[in-house]
Amino acid sequence: MTHAIEIIDVTKRYGDLQALAGVSLSVEPGEFFGLLGPNGAGKTTLISILAGLSRASSGIARIMGHDVTDGYRGARGALGVVPQELVFDPFFTVRETLTFQSGYFGLRDNDAWIDEVLENLDLTAKADTNMRALSGGMKRRVLVAQALVHKPPVIVLDEPTAGVDVELRQALWRFIRRLNRDGHTIVLTTHYLEEAEALCGRIAMLKQGRVVALDRTENLLRLHSGCQVVLRLDGVLPGVLEAKVAERREDGSFKLSLPDHASIEGVLAALRESRVAVLEMEILQPDLEEVFVQIMQRS
Amino acid sequence: MTGFQTLFYKEWLRFWKVSVQTVLAPVLTALLYLLVFGHALSGRVEVFPGVDYTSFLIPGLAMMSVLQNSFANGSSSLMQSKMTGNIVFVLLPPLSHREFFAAYLLAAVARGVVVGSGVLLATLWFVDLPVANPLWVLLFGIASSAVMGALGIVAGIQSDKIDQLAAFTNFIILPLTFLSGVFYSIRSLSPFWQAVSHFNPVFYMIDGFRYGFFGVADTSPWLSLTIVGGSFAALSWLNLTLLRSGYKLRT
Repeated sequence: MTHAIEIIDVTKRYGDLQALAGVSLSVEPGEFFGLLGPNGAGKTTLISILAGLSRASSGIARIMGHDVTDGYRGARGALGVVPQELVFDPFFTVRETLTFQSGYFGLRDNDAWIDEVLENLDLTAKADTNMRALSGGMKRRVLVAQALVHKPPVIVLDEPTAGVDVELRQALWRFIRRLNRDGHTIVLTTHYLEEAEALCGRIAMLKQGRVVALDRTENLLRLHSGCQVVLRLDGVLPGVLEAKVAERREDGSFKLSLPDHASIEGVLAALRESRVAVLEMEILQPDLEEVFVQIMQRS
Repeated sequence: MTGFQTLFYKEWLRFWKVSVQTVLAPVLTALLYLLVFGHALSGRVEVFPGVDYTSFLIPGLAMMSVLQNSFANGSSSLMQSKMTGNIVFVLLPPLSHREFFAAYLLAAVARGVVVGSGVLLATLWFVDLPVANPLWVLLFGIASSAVMGALGIVAGIQSDKIDQLAAFTNFIILPLTFLSGVFYSIRSLSPFWQAVSHFNPVFYMIDGFRYGFFGVADTSPWLSLTIVGGSFAALSWLNLTLLRSGYKLRT
């Protein structure tokens, strides 16, 4: 089966800077895929290579089987990109902007779909407003709409919710989820890790131009996060557990960091041995932020 | 084809929406030149036999407006798009480098022709201008605006900042147009400056255009057409090479 995105050993060098140092990954049709990493990890460079805005120094990148260089027409036609920067053309209205974008992709008479996209992004009332007159959040919605005008099978969103309010964020994710249910492949980069955790079926983490983790979201959470337990005791914490303390809270409770759930029994045994009773105990569910921090520290 | 048509239409609308600045202002500037120089020199200078100075001046002014505005259209559009980042909207779609070039070029020619026509129409109030060879007028009008449009696209691709583009305009375009025979016949110059003028491609654009009106020129219109055509071919090749490589547009 053709991959929605296929990246094979892609490198990119800007002078002395190695932005990508041999990235390989593939995204399957219909996936909701997360691309995470700290600033400068190479996420935007990788997206730029897929979009044809940047050329790889070496390696192969394909969109729906089309090479992004040799088969750029097919590759670009199959891809919709929401860029990170809030850019717009101040000469035109929202509708003109979307009509032009349709035309660039070879589509005439695309008004019905443009109206649907405007409706879904709550832009209908602003359709005939000049881009200059829109708020930042509205401009962000237009960027999303521009990426969708040609109904691309693969949609890449590069930090789409940076600096936008909760209402838009929720509306945007509802629409993107619907597109994903309809079969569109979604690739998301974001610094809001809770969004990635909630939305993405698979996640790749990049650091210094390399993939340092690539797995299903639940596997990453299970394998990398360990286990955290919050305890409130009716005595002093035994010395043998001091090394596991991740946080001492103002209410007198402790947060212990353990390698896995099985280690909880060892903690309880140490407490029993020291004759310290447990007043309250809470086992914290791992989240992607912890996983992310752990992976970045280990890599 | 739709991609090219859309990009051309977008570029057309981009200047047409601000036509007070992009069309009316250059027409007014040309009229001011005509009033000042025509008033100062008409009746005192006869450049071609039987052609008064005001009549001689009008094709030169019209062509100067065509050239400057064709250059400004592609260069300013690309420059602004690069600076604001919205160039990404035309880099993401599957437009070929040929479509990209053709659309920007055609829009530049369109603006040049609209402004040039505006200047000629406005000056009809002042002088009854003869048109000896309308085909030459049309040919030189379009070909010359295509040369400067193509040069404007190169300047727009090359420039990263407004002052770089301003330097291009002030130190290359303005001297080439002002020293090309807009306001005088190069026959009035010393042999040395006549020879220097023959190295200025803009001289051939204005001389050939003027031939279309008066049937006389400083040099053969066929030579002028060859040089204008050669300049266009060279600049088109340069543009297509730059655009195909993604120079300063795709990293």
